[in-house]
This record gives sequence, structure tokens and C-alpha cells, in this order.
Amino acid sequence: MATRENEPTSDGESAGGRPSPERPMVRFDSVTKAFGDNVVLDGLDFEVAAGEKLVIIGPSGSGKTTILRVLMTLERPDSGMIEVGGEHLYHEERGGKLVKASEKHVRRVRGKISMVFQHFFLFPHKTVLENITLGPVKALGVPKDEARERACKLLELVGMEGKHDQYPASLSGGQKQRVAIARALAMQPKVMLFDEVTSALDPELVGEVLGVLRDLALNTDMTMLLVTHEMGFAKEIGDRVVMFDNGRVVEEGPPRQMFSQPREARTRSFLDAVLDHE
Amino acid sequence: MTAGAVAQASPATWDWDIAQRMMPELLRGLSVTLQATLVGITVAMVLGLVLAMARRSSLPVVRWPVVGFIEFVRSTPLLVQLFFLFFVLPDLGVRLSGFTAGVLGLGLHYATYTSEAYRSGIENVEKGQWEAAVACNLSTRTTWGSVVLPQAIPTVIPALGNYLVAMLKDAPLLSTIAVLELLAVARQLNSQLFRPLEAFSLAALLFLAVSIPAAILVRYLEKRYGYSRE
Repeated sequence: MATRENEPTSDGESAGGRPSPERPMVRFDSVTKAFGDNVVLDGLDFEVAAGEKLVIIGPSGSGKTTILRVLMTLERPDSGMIEVGGEHLYHEERGGKLVKASEKHVRRVRGKISMVFQHFFLFPHKTVLENITLGPVKALGVPKDEARERACKLLELVGMEGKHDQYPASLSGGQKQRVAIARALAMQPKVMLFDEVTSALDPELVGEVLGVLRDLALNTDMTMLLVTHEMGFAKEIGDRVVMFDNGRVVEEGPPRQMFSQPREARTRSFLDAVLDHE
Repeated sequence: MTAGAVAQASPATWDWDIAQRMMPELLRGLSVTLQATLVGITVAMVLGLVLAMARRSSLPVVRWPVVGFIEFVRSTPLLVQLFFLFFVLPDLGVRLSGFTAGVLGLGLHYATYTSEAYRSGIENVEKGQWEAAVACNLSTRTTWGSVVLPQAIPTVIPALGNYLVAMLKDAPLLSTIAVLELLAVARQLNSQLFRPLEAFSLAALLFLAVSIPAAILVRYLEKRYGYSRE
């Protein structure tokens, strides 16, 4: 599978996609982000191990999506540092000092990351195949034929073979999201971000997308950060669950413990509310 | 009827003979008008796009002069701008022919309008498209060229068509800076032959003959490119 070929440098990773204890793939170091008076990340510290599947839960407006967005460089943090695969994302060393990184540096490091969005954001003027090959051809310099071949394999992987030449407008929400997942995978990222990727789908289409995610989570050693409200799914594929509220990590732990015996009252009340609803 | 009969001041009746004699000159004038309009709209389309993109620059040094330029040009009459290009620039050492000054004036003036059209076209591209481009790690250039502009420009085409028709109708202003476009030719013929009826009626008809098909084309483009996507 395409996503595995891209791991020649993963010295710190053990087989089977289990978390490696020593070198984190993603590290947040007192990251702060505010929109006006609204502090969405309040000195956030946390690490994600290489290969780890981290599930982020929390009430809406708690800033959990912002974690993914600052990592993808869609928002710039106000302060703090972020490392991806051992490299600073927003800083670089110049003359022995750590300074604000150039856009070129940011772009190079963010190439290790890709993201799937709640509202898909497929390119509406491009076919399914073109959506997937654009990034590899333009950003990775993959020859067109090779990019197309890979895209076909990825479409197979997400169960969308035979839809190459369709335009996004003709696809269902679930199909769009599966193409979006293939598009993100085509970038051969080390880290994949999933931002409530089933929240915009009709209920009967959620399953097909979760199925694809499950396969990815269980069969690849990509690091995955998932913001989701699908608690059953989180329990099934997550190595670790983080409860996030008011810009801070309230509690974290293995899914089994988090869902059955949360320590914090805040987590308990949130889970009660969400699970009641399900 | 002969040219000798032309001078009399009796109530004008349409004279086909005169009309026929005027036509070749008028057509030459029309050709100048069309050339000026086509070159002018090209300048306006390219420059307008550049202005619209520069206006979105993250650098204030780029953004503010552009905003200033647009506001300045839009707030002064085209005729003043033409006079400036044709009469003032030579004093500053830049000598332009009437045609060049005219085309430049039309192009600059309309660029500020097309830039607004482009701007709204660009703003109508949903923010998520820019974000998806980041997730695909596209460069700024590729993001504009392969993601944003292909979505923005089709929605702008009808507006560009309207500016084309408007520019065609502004082209007679070039007669004030020594360009022999259609209206200038009509005035010349009138002063030679004293037949305003034929000269100006034919000029009007020739304008119509171009602007009506152009308007039909615009309506077709509107139908074709007006919002059809999800």
C-alpha cells in the first residue's frame, strides 16, 4: 500500500503501528492560540507517538479542531512550539538560534502532514482522479502516470474504483469523504488529521467512511489524530483518548478506561451527554 | 444626386448615395474602435486579475498601493485619464501615440472595474478550497493556478463581457486624443460633406451592429458560466 512505502526514515517506530515511547511524532510545547478574547489553546503540551492513533474528544468550541488546524498550518499559534517528526514546524535554527521559520521551511515540514475535513473540500472543477493526483504531481513531483496509477490503487482502497472520471458534485457525501481520504493518503503523510470526518454525513453514510478509517487505523503505521464524536469507533481504534475542554487537556488515557471509568467529573458529564444521545 | 447638392439646408432626407460614399471610411473607423476595444479589454482583464490578486497579498506594502490606485482611478473620469496619458506624459518624457494612450487609458480604467469582479469571484471560492490546497501542500502559485482561479474565473466571465460592451461604447472618447475611431470619422465626414444625418446614423448603426451581438454573447456566457456548480 502506498502509505507504507513512505517510511524509510522511521527508525523510532516499531512494527505493527504501536506507539514508540522514545521519539514523539508530534509534540506541542505550550502552544497558545486565541481568537480575540476566546482562548482556544491555553498553553497546550502534548505528544503523539509515531504510529499512535490518538482520539481527541470534547465539547464543541473546546478548541479540539484548532489542535489539528495549527498542526496543518491553517492557523498560526500565538506562542509555543510544535515539532513534527523531530523537526520544528514554525521555527528553524539559524546561527545556533531558534527563530521564526521561513514559509519554505513551514511548507517542507507540513508536507509530513495531511488532513481530511468535515466538509470534504474536494476540488469541484476536477475529477475524482485529478483531485487525488494534483498534490502528488505538483507538490511531490511524482510523474503523472505514476501518480495516476497510485491514485487508482488508493481509490480501490477506499472502495471508489470505477469513479475516476466523475466530478465531486455527482458523488454522495460518503463517497466524497472517501475520495478526500484517498487524496490525503496520496500525499504520503506520516501524520494524518481527521477533523470530524463523519459529522457532515447522513447517518446511513457514516458506516462506509468509518469502515475505511478502521482499515487505515489497523493496517498502517501512520500516526493519526482524530477529532470525532463517534465514541464506539474511538474505543475500537484509538490507542489513547484525550478529553479536551477550554483549551486544555482535561484527562487522557486508554479508551477502555476513559469510557468506562473517567477520573474527571468534566469527562464524565461530557460522556454522559454524548452517550445518552447515541 | 451629386456632392454639389449637399450644401443646401432643406429638410434632410436620407441619401443612399452619400451613405455609400461614407461607408468605407466609417468601416475603417469601426476597425480602429474594435482594435482599441479588444486590446483595451485584454489589458483590463490581465491587469485586473493582477490587481485582484495583489489586493489579497499578505504584505501591506503590496496591498495598500493597489487599493490606492484602484480608488484613484475609479474616482476620476476616464476622459481626464486619457488627457493625462496623452498630454501630460510627454512633459514627463513619455510620448505615446493617441492609440497607445487610448488603449492604455481604457485598459487601466476598466482594470479597476474588472479587478472588483475578479475579487468577488475569488471571494466566492469557499475558504475550504484554500485549506484543502494546504493539506495537499500546494505552493501559492499552484493554489492560485490550479485551485482558486479555475473556480473564480468562470463566475467572472459574464461581468467581463459586460465591461467589454461598456468599453466599446466608451471608445469614442479616444477621438479627443486624435484617434480616428468610428465617431471621429463620422464627425470628419460630417464636416466634409455636411450630412450629419447619414454620418451619425451610420455610426450609431455600426455601434449597434457590434454591441448587440456582443450583448447576446454575454447573455450566452451568463447562462453557460453563471452558477452551475454545487
